[in-house]
Amino acid sequence: MTHTLLRFCFGLVVATLACLPVTTVRAADATIAVAANFTSAAKELGSAFEESTGHHVEFSFGSTGQLFTQIAHGAPFDAFLAADEARPERAETEGLGVAGTRFTYAIGVLVLWSADPDRIDGTPAVLSDPTLRHVAIANPATAPYGAAAVETMKALGVLEALEPRLVEGKNVSQTYQFVFTGNAQVGFVAASQVKDNDTGSSWTVPDDMYRPLRQDAVLLAHGSENEAAKAFLEFLKGPEAVKVIEGFGYKMP
Amino acid sequence: MFDAALIETILLTLQLAVVTTFVLLILGIPLAWWLARSKARGKEIVAVLVALPIVLPPTVLGFYLLIAMGPNSPITALIGRSLPFTFEGLVVGSVLYSMPFVVNPIRTAFEAMGERHWEAAATLRARPLDAFINVALPLALPGILTGAILGFAHTMGEFGVVLMIGGSIPGETRVLSIAIFDFVETLEWGKAHVLAGAMLVLSFAVILAMRMVETRFKSERP
Repeated sequence: MTHTLLRFCFGLVVATLACLPVTTVRAADATIAVAANFTSAAKELGSAFEESTGHHVEFSFGSTGQLFTQIAHGAPFDAFLAADEARPERAETEGLGVAGTRFTYAIGVLVLWSADPDRIDGTPAVLSDPTLRHVAIANPATAPYGAAAVETMKALGVLEALEPRLVEGKNVSQTYQFVFTGNAQVGFVAASQVKDNDTGSSWTVPDDMYRPLRQDAVLLAHGSENEAAKAFLEFLKGPEAVKVIEGFGYKMP
Repeated sequence: MFDAALIETILLTLQLAVVTTFVLLILGIPLAWWLARSKARGKEIVAVLVALPIVLPPTVLGFYLLIAMGPNSPITALIGRSLPFTFEGLVVGSVLYSMPFVVNPIRTAFEAMGERHWEAAATLRARPLDAFINVALPLALPGILTGAILGFAHTMGEFGVVLMIGGSIPGETRVLSIAIFDFVETLEWGKAHVLAGAMLVLSFAVILAMRMVETRFKSERP
């Protein structure tokens, strides 16, 4: 009885394996950790890069803090595209990154956004509206866009009044989700996220209200010998990539 | 180490677990009774729905809840308020998420009771409600205790659902698991260790308590 069962299971395993799509032997050439705000841009850049070089890149998206923690614990990432300067710099000084490979690949733009087209009139006036129930921000401790949102509210003098109504997403992606579903009426997100979404309303925060969101990339020790990772970082500096990145609402250094 | 914010987080988590367990017992005992005794054809469908959270990723449940409780949903119109980012919203999520852990042990206890006691009570002209309170509930007590302990513990450790609908508001939705996640992310490992260690001890105590409940009741029965 058990014998038959074993044979059946074995057959099942073999059958399953046989049905798996035949993948090329060359698996992901480089795995790159990318800050959540850069998700759409990275995907587009990834396919352009793969087309022009034949290399293959896989992305792992998350908040900058979370990705850094994973890298510090030996996550097998070859390069790190962060949402700030601090963590790539720290990766360099702690020997997790390759010295001298750090550069700014984009400068983030912060917007106040609402899914409701009549909510924001192109000014921050909505933030002083007492009927506003929730303002979504990314966790200021781990996500640079969240810290920039707090700086902006401070600059506008509305932080204290809004504090009880702030809801935190783990990163800008989740913050965007809170606003997109209408659960938070407004939220501070990355310009890159709302670029293709013209259904809502928004106010682009002037860049003197928060410290510039310089987003740095660094080659990681794990990828120091990885040609695909090095080539991808070079590709990011090139004219083709710059055009894509600017197209997503980022500024360039 | 234990600052006000940390204590607030711990108290909030305990509060959520207590309220959730209470709600689950109120809903779960009748539901378990119905599942154990009903001859209805749709019974197994309901049983499957109750059991879903055992295998469903909590993020899936959280994702649906975020949409179902959003400002444009009929459910929100029905209850007249939006539940995400509120303690009540977490209670709703936790009740759904921990339902099988409470209902299943109680259902098993009711099923193990069999017909004998029930028929005896009926012969003595006990009204069904009397018989339920005085005969069925005491007999099912170990199952109810197990369910309550499991539901409580499961809610204490819940992460995915809260992550999706909570918004990490101190004193309202920032519970233990979220705080641990945040501390690890911000490299405050000292605090993360305190909370993680506390959760480990609690989980150990919960499993131990359940084993003790089981052995005690077993030894009482002939």
